[in-house]
Amino acid sequence: MQRRRHQEETRLQFSFTSEQEEFRSVLRRFLQEKSPPSVVRRLMETEAGWERGSWLELNQQLGLTGVHIPEEYGGQGFGFIELGIVLEEMGRALLCAPYFSTTVLAATAIMNAGSRAQQEALLPPIALGEVVATLAFTEPDGCWDASSIETTGSPDGDKFRLDGVKSFVLDGHTADLIVVAARAPGSRGEDGLSLFTIPGGAPGLTRRALKVLDPTRKLARLEFNGTPATLLGELGGGAGPLTKTLTQAAACLASEMVGGAERLRVSALDYANLRMQFGRPIASFQSMKHKQADMLVDVELAKSAAYAAASAAAKDDPELPAIAALAKACAADAYLQTAIHTIQIHGGIGFTWDNDTHLWFKRAKSSEVFLGDPAWHRERMLRAWGV
Amino acid sequence: MTEPTDASVRAEARAWLEANWNPELGLVEWRTRLVDSGWGMPSWPAQWHGKGLPAGFDAVVAEEMRRLGAVSVARSGVRGLAAATLLEHGGDFHKEKFLRRILTGEDNWCQLFSEPGSGSDLAGALTRAEFNDGRWVFNGQKVWTTSAHHADWGLLLARTDSNVPKHRGLSYFVLDMRQSGVEVHQLRQMNGHASFNQVFFTDAEAPAEHLVGEVGGGWAVATTTLMHERRGADGMRLWGSASDLKGPIYDEERAEIATVNEPYKWYPQRAGRVDLVLERAKATGRIGDPVVRQEIAKLLTLSRTAEWTARRARAAQALGRPPGPEGSLGKLAASHVARAAARVHTLIAGADAMLTGEDEPMGGVIAEILISVPAVSIAGGTDEIQRNIIAERVLRMPKEPRSDDDRPFRDVPKNTLR
Repeated sequence: MQRRRHQEETRLQFSFTSEQEEFRSVLRRFLQEKSPPSVVRRLMETEAGWERGSWLELNQQLGLTGVHIPEEYGGQGFGFIELGIVLEEMGRALLCAPYFSTTVLAATAIMNAGSRAQQEALLPPIALGEVVATLAFTEPDGCWDASSIETTGSPDGDKFRLDGVKSFVLDGHTADLIVVAARAPGSRGEDGLSLFTIPGGAPGLTRRALKVLDPTRKLARLEFNGTPATLLGELGGGAGPLTKTLTQAAACLASEMVGGAERLRVSALDYANLRMQFGRPIASFQSMKHKQADMLVDVELAKSAAYAAASAAAKDDPELPAIAALAKACAADAYLQTAIHTIQIHGGIGFTWDNDTHLWFKRAKSSEVFLGDPAWHRERMLRAWGV
Repeated sequence: MTEPTDASVRAEARAWLEANWNPELGLVEWRTRLVDSGWGMPSWPAQWHGKGLPAGFDAVVAEEMRRLGAVSVARSGVRGLAAATLLEHGGDFHKEKFLRRILTGEDNWCQLFSEPGSGSDLAGALTRAEFNDGRWVFNGQKVWTTSAHHADWGLLLARTDSNVPKHRGLSYFVLDMRQSGVEVHQLRQMNGHASFNQVFFTDAEAPAEHLVGEVGGGWAVATTTLMHERRGADGMRLWGSASDLKGPIYDEERAEIATVNEPYKWYPQRAGRVDLVLERAKATGRIGDPVVRQEIAKLLTLSRTAEWTARRARAAQALGRPPGPEGSLGKLAASHVARAAARVHTLIAGADAMLTGEDEPMGGVIAEILISVPAVSIAGGTDEIQRNIIAERVLRMPKEPRSDDDRPFRDVPKNTLR
């Protein structure tokens, strides 16, 4: 481990460039304006959870959907560090948009699995914001790894047909394009897995929005009954790209979570400075100060983990699987703990619907479980280290 | 005079070192030459054993010295804090009398700040200093004094006036430790080591000119000492490390450093020995237990993210950016890491965690971790004080309401328990 740490000193990036910092502050102002809590509250009450008009605007003004898509496929040609910045700011603003599904999950899967021709066909409309996409891989058993997939993709002439059920599919009921992970009939484990694409309105596809605890993150159940599908990448070669996509997505989710956690931490601090009890601001009580100091430690350590993971993803570092798992687990714990403290600091007001804290609390809860819970990721981290 | 450059400083230092460095000399003999030349402390004023160069050139000169294997001035222990403090606040008398022998390593120093009644609240010191017949006379007690038993001089914070608010009634002295009015007793810790001392003053004396700064101005001087302690010694990095070169002068230097480091030999255990966790878990077979695996993973996550956070702070500093909150969290994070490590070591050791010495599988190392970790969250500023500092200085939360700095110190409630 000592040698690995020494190498990491030179491998990973622990500061942002001035351009990246500038990008972050532009983005933060933009999202403050476009996604105030009033807009979050309006969109979370809709079944879709987002609006196409503001989605297009988001992309036309800042090109966000294509941030890590190569320029040759119509994207901005940046990497995972810039994508991490985008996600951190979106997490802070609790933006209601199909960004994680489209850009993080679907676009990354297409980049990892697709042939050149497939990337040329599928990525530009995503980069332009015209196509909203997602990745359907989890099934009703709620397993987050590739090997437990049961949905089948069977040859059908020169195409394929999908049969099975996917669940917990992010924005699955509204996506225009769905990347589906399925296996050859009779195959097991990581063998025989392939990725397919289908349009959102494909025949034999039944989509139902699930009732979700976190209304800012919509999930759907998809049933495939002989749904015609196009192979993405190589037949039987899906496990590698899928696993890589999920690892990169875990790093991305860590960034999104630390943005939300920091937003909560600051809101709790602001409130403690304003709230008067016993003739003084509650921020002057040591119990509040010590809690705030602990929250700062939790959030800053989680930010360090998220930045390390973004840097490892950007460099496609060999230690990425371990660092991404570490960051996902660490950020999830920090986000939830910060949310719990923030409600506590707000007192009774913090438990009301009118107070905004519960919006982030619920995102913290759904993010804790989405893509695998902290315990699962910690185990993955140890295995990635060969322990 | 032309502006010094890396190249010019390097060339000049190299020329002097090549002409003068001689491993056959005795340690003090060599250091005397080095100190006289100014190359021992290039960033100190030329008048006081330095070259008056900007601090950035220290590294260049150090590199040249390493290249030749030349031994540096004495750096380890409290002497570095004494030198920095006297350089900033001392008069010519102090600089003349003390600085040279600090650098040659002929004198050892200790710091006499903490008292049984004032730990976190250093400015509440009760040790009295009274001026009698042209001499200062001291009565009282200090504690947690490292190396007091072989110190020649002590940096002493004492109360000269109880009729003014606490911070204004303190003065700062250099005290001769080799006198009958100073008694040093070892202080045994819960882990069995005795790394620190209690120091008792019974009419101990110092000449008038051993006052540093003004009467009543001791707090500002002490703050300088503490600032250098924090800056240089986040866990006493002033230890220094000895070279592995062979020869009598290196043996002398090694002995000097070993003496200074001796009290700190349990510090790695105090920090939790995260490095031993996987090895122990494999050796005991506990690595197969899913509960143990989770706890190990949490510990490694904490330790790794604490390191990364320190790296973010260093990276920001290197870019000349203003320090962010990440730079203030290290001490608190280190406490979390150490506590988590003690928990995990216990989990791995199982019943063996009740044993020590040769009956314990690691010959007592694990036991030493378990009984040393409680010091991390106390020494050098308790976790509670760290949290106050973070809340007030980083998060700008309101300061603690005080009832001790608006009245004469004599009216401030004091400890009745010791």
